[in-house]
Amino acid sequence: MNTLRSANMPSSLLPIRISDLRLIKGDRTVLAGVNLMIDKPGITVIMGPNGAGKTLLLRCLHGLIKPDQGQITLGQLRVAGSRDQQAMVFQQPVLLRRTALQNLAFAAPEIAKSEPQRLIQALESVHLADRAHQPARMLSGGEQQRLSLARALLSEPALLLLDEATASLDPASVLVIESLVKAQSAQGTKVILVSHDQGQARRLADDIVFMSDGRVAEQSPADQFFIAPQTPVAKAYLAGEILF
Amino acid sequence: MGALTEAFRLIITLDPDLFEILWLSIRVSLIALIISAVISLPLGTWLAITRFPGRKFCILLLNALMGIPPVVVGLLVYLLLSRSGPLGWLGLLYTPSAMIIAQVVLITPIIAALSNQVIENLHQEYSDTFYSLGVTGRRAVVAYLVDARYALTTCILAGFGRAIAEVGAVIIVGGNIDHLTRVMTTAIALETSKGNLTLALSLGTILLALSLLVNSLVIGVREYAAKRQYA
Repeated sequence: MNTLRSANMPSSLLPIRISDLRLIKGDRTVLAGVNLMIDKPGITVIMGPNGAGKTLLLRCLHGLIKPDQGQITLGQLRVAGSRDQQAMVFQQPVLLRRTALQNLAFAAPEIAKSEPQRLIQALESVHLADRAHQPARMLSGGEQQRLSLARALLSEPALLLLDEATASLDPASVLVIESLVKAQSAQGTKVILVSHDQGQARRLADDIVFMSDGRVAEQSPADQFFIAPQTPVAKAYLAGEILF
Repeated sequence: MGALTEAFRLIITLDPDLFEILWLSIRVSLIALIISAVISLPLGTWLAITRFPGRKFCILLLNALMGIPPVVVGLLVYLLLSRSGPLGWLGLLYTPSAMIIAQVVLITPIIAALSNQVIENLHQEYSDTFYSLGVTGRRAVVAYLVDARYALTTCILAGFGRAIAEVGAVIIVGGNIDHLTRVMTTAIALETSKGNLTLALSLGTILLALSLLVNSLVIGVREYAAKRQYA
């Protein structure tokens, strides 16, 4: 599907630098000075307990939320300038009230006009070619999320953000999504994925960012993180303790 | 009972006078509806997806105008089109055009306010995805209108129902002139006051049938959309 980016070419949006990112909602500081540098290609998994600020950080990266303070740069660009090189898959897939194929055509009108067969290929990549002409919202949850991913990948993003994209999906859909994410990463797309699923993080992650209380508590290579987490909060999280 | 029988005879025999009135009513309301839809759908959508100072006041105004008394609309359009009014030189008073203008003024706030609510709900659902896909401006407006097509159809049908049943405004600006500006509602009012219940009942029956048809269409459209997950 990805024809423009050659395999293993590093994303043009690296390194991602986040400095002193703060976000206040009401009277609560939900991001309390996030400092983070992501400079390696591959898949970064953001983990942490509920309310740690993982999704908000992802939304700030994508430009959906403007932080109250702090700076984000992606390569040489600010968030706004990098928008057309990013794609995001949300936890709840939002599909237009059209067929699966029309959803893809809407996201990529130029491709739909010049290379319509690419839309079918995109559907085939998520095993939905036989559902092309079905109303997208009549697909199952897993199928809808697979379609969302196919739609996101049509733009050949340099940075792919996934916000708990496989939460509560069937194993078959999880497998399809993970395979596609890995393939996309291998082609040079930087992937940042928020997940609560430790199994998934072990399967996919090259490095882990662990967040707690609106801050980055730990950042380390995935192998190291799962064998020897550096912070007590990460240790407790991996041990399955309930954190607030 | 005799009047009712005679009324059905007029309908069944396709009485020319009756159907002249019916045709004018439908023509005026349909033209008003088309003009109003062209204005109100983009307006309602634009108000739903843009943010500017005074936006809430505009929505409040639209909602308030939904309940504007038809006779007030009739009076305003009359003042506008009367010989000494700003548009008097057009010579539209007591013509079907004047009735169309009055109906447009009357139903535009209704369709705009209803469509605004429909699009507002859709916007809440779609806004993050549209941002992510880089869909903005005209493309977003068109997408909202296309995706809300079934809900908007019901808004438009509600506008048609209001227009076709309207009497106060069209009688003021149309004058209820026989063979020129006499529509179903104004004819019913006139014939009833004259004691000619036959024609009034015939027209009333047709008006009731039209109302039932419009409401059936609304329900049908809703059910179709829900079944296809397009609601």
